Amino acid sequence: MNRRAARGRAEPEPVDEMAALSPEGRRILDVVAEAVGDRKVETGAVLDRPRISVDAEDIADVCSALKTNPDTAFKTLLCIAAVDYKEYIQIVYLLHSSKEEQTLAIKTDLPYENPSLPTITNVWRAADWYEREAHDLFGVEFEGHPDLAPLLLYEGFEGHPGLKEFPFHEYEEY
Amino acid sequence: MTMLNEGQQVDLLMNMGPQHPSTHGVFRMLLRVDGEVIVDAEPHIGYLHRGSEKLAEGEQYHQVVTLFDRMDYISNFNNEWVFCRAVEKLMGAEVPERAEYIRVILGELNRIASHLLFLGTFGLDAGAMTPVMFAFRGRERIQALFEGVSGARMMHNYVHVGGVKEDVPPNFKEMMAELLADLREDVEECDRLLSFNEVFVARSKDIGAIDLDTAIDYGWTGPCLRACGMEYDVRRAEPYSIYDRFEFNVPVGRDGDCWDRYFVRVLEMYESLRIIDQALEGMPEGEVNSVGGRLVRPPKGDVYVRAENPRGEIGVYLVSDGTDKPYRVKVRPPSFCNLSALRLLVKDSYIADAVVILGSLDIVLGEVDR
Repeated sequence: MNRRAARGRAEPEPVDEMAALSPEGRRILDVVAEAVGDRKVETGAVLDRPRISVDAEDIADVCSALKTNPDTAFKTLLCIAAVDYKEYIQIVYLLHSSKEEQTLAIKTDLPYENPSLPTITNVWRAADWYEREAHDLFGVEFEGHPDLAPLLLYEGFEGHPGLKEFPFHEYEEY
Repeated sequence: MTMLNEGQQVDLLMNMGPQHPSTHGVFRMLLRVDGEVIVDAEPHIGYLHRGSEKLAEGEQYHQVVTLFDRMDYISNFNNEWVFCRAVEKLMGAEVPERAEYIRVILGELNRIASHLLFLGTFGLDAGAMTPVMFAFRGRERIQALFEGVSGARMMHNYVHVGGVKEDVPPNFKEMMAELLADLREDVEECDRLLSFNEVFVARSKDIGAIDLDTAIDYGWTGPCLRACGMEYDVRRAEPYSIYDRFEFNVPVGRDGDCWDRYFVRVLEMYESLRIIDQALEGMPEGEVNSVGGRLVRPPKGDVYVRAENPRGEIGVYLVSDGTDKPYRVKVRPPSFCNLSALRLLVKDSYIADAVVILGSLDIVLGEVDR
């Protein structure tokens, strides 16, 4: 690869999301689609990792199906990431299966105003703190979470500092 | 003030931290105790929350590396490395062979330094005052080498996107040979001093045990998970960088108690030394950075990379909008997940054991709070 391209200054090529996905990853997507059953699922990729997108209200069912299904066995919840895309908020769940040695991303989009979706704390206890964090920083409401008390912020903090609209970089550099 | 009737009992609420020598940073635990036994515990974190993930959105990619230094400040190289890998993967940039070897050597040295720090402070938690002196001597030797290579004892800002900042000093091999001879002795000495000490074993064996399924449920990774008996290491399962070229074992525990978590880390130090030996042997000459400039603009898209840090599996979810600053950086901090199980672990244990249990998790609050 020449330096120009490596610096990322080359003209962007038309993106084929699935291009970097391995055959193994494609196979997992088929298995996942089957395990999820008749719920609405859209498949894709996060660069080289398989990705599915589901409706927000299905998330708990999808997660528990993927965890318990012996073909998928996504037993570990690695991470829950919230991303503010200004028009909507996206929640990304990263699941890992040591049986298949695959990491799966589940994306779900929430409206910008009053984002809320079902909790998955009853599927993984690891979700507890991640959901509290997303609630702190992005104001995402997780229905059914036992205790959404502030985790990283202090009691009584106003606003959600993770959001793009929260002023953070408005300082002068000297 | 209400008077208690004879025979009536109430639980006592006790505050531990945030400024407490055995919480390893600014961490607070609210303990509900019945005599000396903990009935319930509520961990409070966030005292070190600096909003690193949000700060990263306002910095250029090469500046974000410095923020990663300050997350897990005990294993800086490993943290810089994982972020740079995320950017490189998104850009499709190749890293020169020599830079990969330098990264592996420094990353593994950092693992030993981190585990030595753990060994010393864990000894302190259990009441052994001597090992920390020996462990810090070994760690200080490693820090001195880091200073020779990057110019800083901690907060190196040495791993850059596309490789490393600059080549190692010309006498690197001699420095390493000298260090490794001493370090091997240091590790063995610490191991002999503490591991099978009768008092230490009595304080840590069968304390804070957790079974494998619960550990996985809490998202445990790294030495803590391996102590429960699962042979899982990202370096082995999903080899990144050049880890597929080295021979090393993945130490596994059996009971998932404090002593197992401790001993897995001790064995890991020996394995890291093995990896360093192999890496030094195979280190080629050549360039150390393929990107050259500092300004990088990865294409639009997102990526998730994983790596094995001393504390467990770290993950970086990076979203790029094609500009010179990341759109969103989300870190999966290993100690965050490990710590979330603390409430379960300390329940029904003695207060003195809670200190040992917390120490055995080896948390770094800079990473928990980000």
